[in-house]
Amino acid sequence: MSENPEDLARLMESVALRRDVAAFEVLFRHFGPKVKTYMLRQTRNPQLAEELMQETMMAVWNKASLFDAGRGNPSAWIFTIARNLFISAYRKQNRPEFDPNDPAFVPETIEPAEVVLQGLQEAESLRAALNELPDEQRELVSRSFFADVPHSALAAEYGLPLGTVKSRIRMALAKLRKSMEGGR
Amino acid sequence: MNIRHHVSDTLLAAYATGDLAEGWSLAVATHLSLCPECRKRLAKFEAVAADMMEALPAEADVSGSWDAMKARLAGSDAGVALPPEKTVSKPVASPVLPEPLRSYVGGDAKALKWKPLGRGAYQVQIPTRDEETTVRLLRIPAGRPVPEHSHGGRELTLVLAGSFSDEQGRFARGDLEEADEDLQHQPVAGSEEDCICLAVTDAPLRFSSRFLRIVQPILGI
Repeated sequence: MSENPEDLARLMESVALRRDVAAFEVLFRHFGPKVKTYMLRQTRNPQLAEELMQETMMAVWNKASLFDAGRGNPSAWIFTIARNLFISAYRKQNRPEFDPNDPAFVPETIEPAEVVLQGLQEAESLRAALNELPDEQRELVSRSFFADVPHSALAAEYGLPLGTVKSRIRMALAKLRKSMEGGR
Repeated sequence: MNIRHHVSDTLLAAYATGDLAEGWSLAVATHLSLCPECRKRLAKFEAVAADMMEALPAEADVSGSWDAMKARLAGSDAGVALPPEKTVSKPVASPVLPEPLRSYVGGDAKALKWKPLGRGAYQVQIPTRDEETTVRLLRIPAGRPVPEHSHGGRELTLVLAGSFSDEQGRFARGDLEEADEDLQHQPVAGSEEDCICLAVTDAPLRFSSRFLRIVQPILGI
């Protein structure tokens, strides 16, 4: 199924406002397999991956009203839910996060709407930059951060010195960083 | 606030993808609460991580999953409109320790039980559920040096009150210093007030002085 981001955001809204099961089914069929594959990569345990996927989608259902449709594609929001569940349920650690309601919290000074728009544009240019990376760099970044593969294991697999793996990941991140700055 | 020392790309990306142990994450999250700029960078890394998740090959079998999900929804509030969320603001006025740190230590800086470290310095150990890091709050008297040390591994230091300076520059509230085994530094607290900082390490610190090396296990630093 290939819904575009605006459709997915609208479906989220429908789930939030009307508790719309049909809309949720479309979201489930779109995101469920991706979340499960993600969990499978992390845990290498199909049964656990299925459970964590179900828990993630249940949280998407329960917390739908917290999703801000103005942010566009719900994929980032759903990813953060999946990630946090993986950390708490599988790794048995807490996930420390900032609290925007804390009196010590330092808020953004620019108008929020402007920030959101700018953020979306920058995320777009970052995505483009990620796709422009040489295959090997993109794979190293993706596997190092995403499949929990230690740098030393990547070095062994690619037949590269550890220092080279580290510097290529740094280089890839620097390119991504540059694209964020260039987007302003 | 003028933050000059930010979270590195490597750390922030690892925090975004959930790849960072709890102790490091606590320092990163507390810096984020003080730094709008890094929060913007975080949102981008999360968007990229979500893209990576979307791009994963659909190798997982979810054929029976929707039926199981639907059964769970039947017992929930399907079809019922939700009331709007309420946010509750807390009564504490401008705390020294921002969230999530304040909840971790159980109160603001003044309410804590500080344990003496010698030379006028104090610490509070902070328990986490990871087995990789040691997390503590340090309070160094104004104008005094932190004993010179190098690191067995990585060290993150986040300043919450006062300041310190070392070979890398001056660090004030919100500034985060990342040090690794190559850095031999001698931080000195600024003279304006006592310096309170969050320090996360993944190995015991190695002090250059033989005396401190001997007492190190006794002091628990």
